[in-house]
Amino acid sequence: MNDWPLLSLTTFLPLLGALFILTIRGESEVVTRNARSVALLTSLATFVVSLFIAVKFNGASADFQFKESATWFPGTTITYAMGVDGISMWFVLLSTFLTPICILSSFGSVTTRVKEYMVAFLILETLMVGMFCALDMVLFYIFFEGVLLPMFIIIGVWGGKRRVYAAFKLFLYTLLGSVLMLLAMMAMYFEAHTTDIPSLMAHSFPVTMQLWLWLAFFASFAVKVPMWPVHTWLPDAHVEAPTAGSVILAGVLLKMGAYGFLRFSVPMLPDASITFTPLIYTLSIVAVVYTSLVALVQEDMKKLIAYSSVAHMGYVTIGIFSMTTQGVEGAIFQMLSHGVVSGALFLCVGVIYDRMHTREITRYGGLATRMPIYAAVFMLFTMASVGLPGTSGFVGEFLVLLGVFQVNSWVSFFAASGLVLGAAYMLYLYRRVVFGRMVNEDLKTILDMNMREVMVFAPLILIVIWMGVAPNTFLEPIHASVAKMIDHYELARAAHDGLSVAAR
Amino acid sequence: MIKTLDLAPALPEVFVAIAGLALLMLGVFRKDNATRTVSLLVIMVMAAALMLVSSLGTERHLAFGGLFVADRFAGFAKGLILLASAFSVAMSLQFLEKEKIARFEYPVLVLFATLGMMMMVSANDFLALYLGLELQSLSLYVLAAFNRDNLKSTEAGVKYFVLGALASGMLLYGISLLYGFGGSTSFETLANLFAGGHDHPVKPNMGIIAGLVFVLAGLSFKISAVPFHMWAPDVYEGAPTPVTSFFAVAPKIAAICLLTRVMFGPFADLVVQWRQVIEFIAIGSMFVGAFAAIVQTNIKRLMAYSSIGHVGFILVGIAAGSDLGVQGVLIYLAIYLFMNLGTFAVILSMRQKGRMVEGIEDLAGLAKSNPVMALVMATLMFSMAGIPPLAGFWGKFYVFMAAVQAELYTLAILGVLSSVVSAYYYLRVIKVMYFDEPTEAFDRPVGRSMALVMAVSTLVVLVFTFVPAPLVSSAKAAAAVLFPAGG
Repeated sequence: MNDWPLLSLTTFLPLLGALFILTIRGESEVVTRNARSVALLTSLATFVVSLFIAVKFNGASADFQFKESATWFPGTTITYAMGVDGISMWFVLLSTFLTPICILSSFGSVTTRVKEYMVAFLILETLMVGMFCALDMVLFYIFFEGVLLPMFIIIGVWGGKRRVYAAFKLFLYTLLGSVLMLLAMMAMYFEAHTTDIPSLMAHSFPVTMQLWLWLAFFASFAVKVPMWPVHTWLPDAHVEAPTAGSVILAGVLLKMGAYGFLRFSVPMLPDASITFTPLIYTLSIVAVVYTSLVALVQEDMKKLIAYSSVAHMGYVTIGIFSMTTQGVEGAIFQMLSHGVVSGALFLCVGVIYDRMHTREITRYGGLATRMPIYAAVFMLFTMASVGLPGTSGFVGEFLVLLGVFQVNSWVSFFAASGLVLGAAYMLYLYRRVVFGRMVNEDLKTILDMNMREVMVFAPLILIVIWMGVAPNTFLEPIHASVAKMIDHYELARAAHDGLSVAAR
Repeated sequence: MIKTLDLAPALPEVFVAIAGLALLMLGVFRKDNATRTVSLLVIMVMAAALMLVSSLGTERHLAFGGLFVADRFAGFAKGLILLASAFSVAMSLQFLEKEKIARFEYPVLVLFATLGMMMMVSANDFLALYLGLELQSLSLYVLAAFNRDNLKSTEAGVKYFVLGALASGMLLYGISLLYGFGGSTSFETLANLFAGGHDHPVKPNMGIIAGLVFVLAGLSFKISAVPFHMWAPDVYEGAPTPVTSFFAVAPKIAAICLLTRVMFGPFADLVVQWRQVIEFIAIGSMFVGAFAAIVQTNIKRLMAYSSIGHVGFILVGIAAGSDLGVQGVLIYLAIYLFMNLGTFAVILSMRQKGRMVEGIEDLAGLAKSNPVMALVMATLMFSMAGIPPLAGFWGKFYVFMAAVQAELYTLAILGVLSSVVSAYYYLRVIKVMYFDEPTEAFDRPVGRSMALVMAVSTLVVLVFTFVPAPLVSSAKAAAAVLFPAGG
């Protein structure tokens, strides 16, 4: 299957599944059952196809691989161009890995309008995978922005009490940032006369123009990451979204912003990135410290994890802009790890939410006695989130700190303080929910995880430990791409320094 | 100058005119109610005219001593207009019969309005322009008041007539100023004059500028651009819904194409002078469209503000003043056509117990009571909001790309910001349909022609992203006509 368009296949297979589900007719029970199984099978098949990408990927090369290209908009350079390098390859896999888990996990929790739910999820998968594969700026934008459609519907239809507010906030916040990015992309097109991402990376833009372009991209990506102070949509969206929606939101959608920094801001606008690095550092540190403190006082479990996501993404942005090999690789690793771990934590919340229909921390306590398996699973992911060595969380945070320490020890100091705070709020959460005495009467009949739920968590557990014990499996393919990016950046930095010396 | 009266380029118009008269006769002499027959015949006439237009080829031809021009730009515009009109007639019949206002004059009036529009987009002289515009407007005034026993409808007709007459007056006054200071009403002569290719080049003096502004004001009224938009919400709300659906599409397309031709024809070299005006109108329209729509509760009024907003975006393309901008305008118009037709097909199907309802709240829970229709409406609303991968995004994409190319950054930034605001009210419609609980289901079935229009427009909106080439290329070719020097 050498000549197969693997990337297009991975991207559009879920869409095919969605179209197929739309054609299912019949009694509502049958439709529900069929929609579920078709969705699960499609997403599993997609995952299998995406595994071929990983297997066939040549980790020694820094170039984009599995390239595809087709004419799209005549009269412009806008083409349908796909391809992955070491960085995007993992995000494709992350998306295809999490989607079947989400679909499986919502078998129990989503009982109304199942058909539409599955269609929305499969469309979402198409858009996510497409975004990471896109090698054309406009194509990237289409996928990047298109994600909002299914997400709006998922939160708005299957969400909690304030779902309408949360859905609108998510949509309008993200849209506001994105449209500015769109204008920046157009300006880049008229400057470089291409929309091809690799060519744009090679093009050097005038320095003043870079500043404006960078800010426009920042408007979009900062909202998506999200960085403090534009993170406020995230807690709302997380709290109101159905469990699987939260998983995808934390697992993949947050990565889109950081991926954007890696694909656009840093390689295409290196001078501006140098100029704005202090800004990123400051905002990220505020995010790490402040949102960790905010997380400490949360009473809603999902909200707590949402704030912890903001803090964890703070490490990612610090890592990316440290522009050292360890920092960038750490940031990428942290993104993958956070994708799995925070997704798993939301699923953990989902498990007890499905039973008790509340996410208030005080309503729980002493779960360890009734739900030992659950307690163990939750423990593992709590530790991974804290960054215990041996879990995936440790590797990413450690590399980021190592990377940024070489550039700026103060930044690494503050970032490290976030680790302590992170341990505090996560362990505090765990203690209140799982340990202690069981005070609430209705908890006494709560049941432990069933087979389906164990199956949902098993792959996540495996991956978290694998990433913690043998991180090289995941770092190997990244090396070449990151090295290329950093070389390019260093060249620009040298020129930049030379320029500022000359200006003196 | 061509002295012969060459009718061949105007063949579609001649055909439509004769057919219109014949159908009028048919309606009068048929004793029984002939609305259905005449409607079908009108659709067939439009289809035939569409074929005639496409058979004219790609060459540029003049007729009536240079008053009339048939080129690819006019061909493209006529294609859109005929499509829009034919679909409108198809959507109207059911409504007219149910509301008991089915009279054969309705399709005939639409046909004459269409003829006027075809004349407009082919005008090569201010007199021809005025002739076409008035034929269109007079037909539309009558159509607005077509439900003559209904107070709102007659009010809409009168309002539209009074304000429309005022706008025509302004337009005419502008033309007279141009004639007085420029010495001609011919597009080509005026263009030559302003380009300096004349023995006595005329500098753009105050008289010319005033004339230009008056012409712009008159045309702005026809496309309901701010600050000449006040009539639109009232007329849209008051007029019978099929008439509204017709108003929202075909005359808009015609007037915008006309405006484009005027701006890039006689006034091509006065870009500096008119750009500011167009920018102002565009920004005003985008923001009024976006903010005023938020508080609407009637879906027809919402559509009125929505169309004001769309006109603002389209004007961004004109303000860019480049072939890319005109291409963007044409792409936008084509997509706008399908988005609006589909939306109005849904609105026309909003019928509870045989009675029309127009509140946005009446759509509540449509996703449960009629999932297919809700999906259609949601797709169209997302598309209107300009969210990729739906077609509406590409319309905005092209006009803003042209604005960025022309380095009109402020305009572009304000434009995209207003598009975020407008996303809010489109989302509100989706929210009502998907997130709210159902109240009362709409009557079923919606009717074959409605279903057809919905299906076609949704398909176009969805599929355009995958196969954009046909529309994009033909719009490019059509836009190139206005830039003879190659850019």
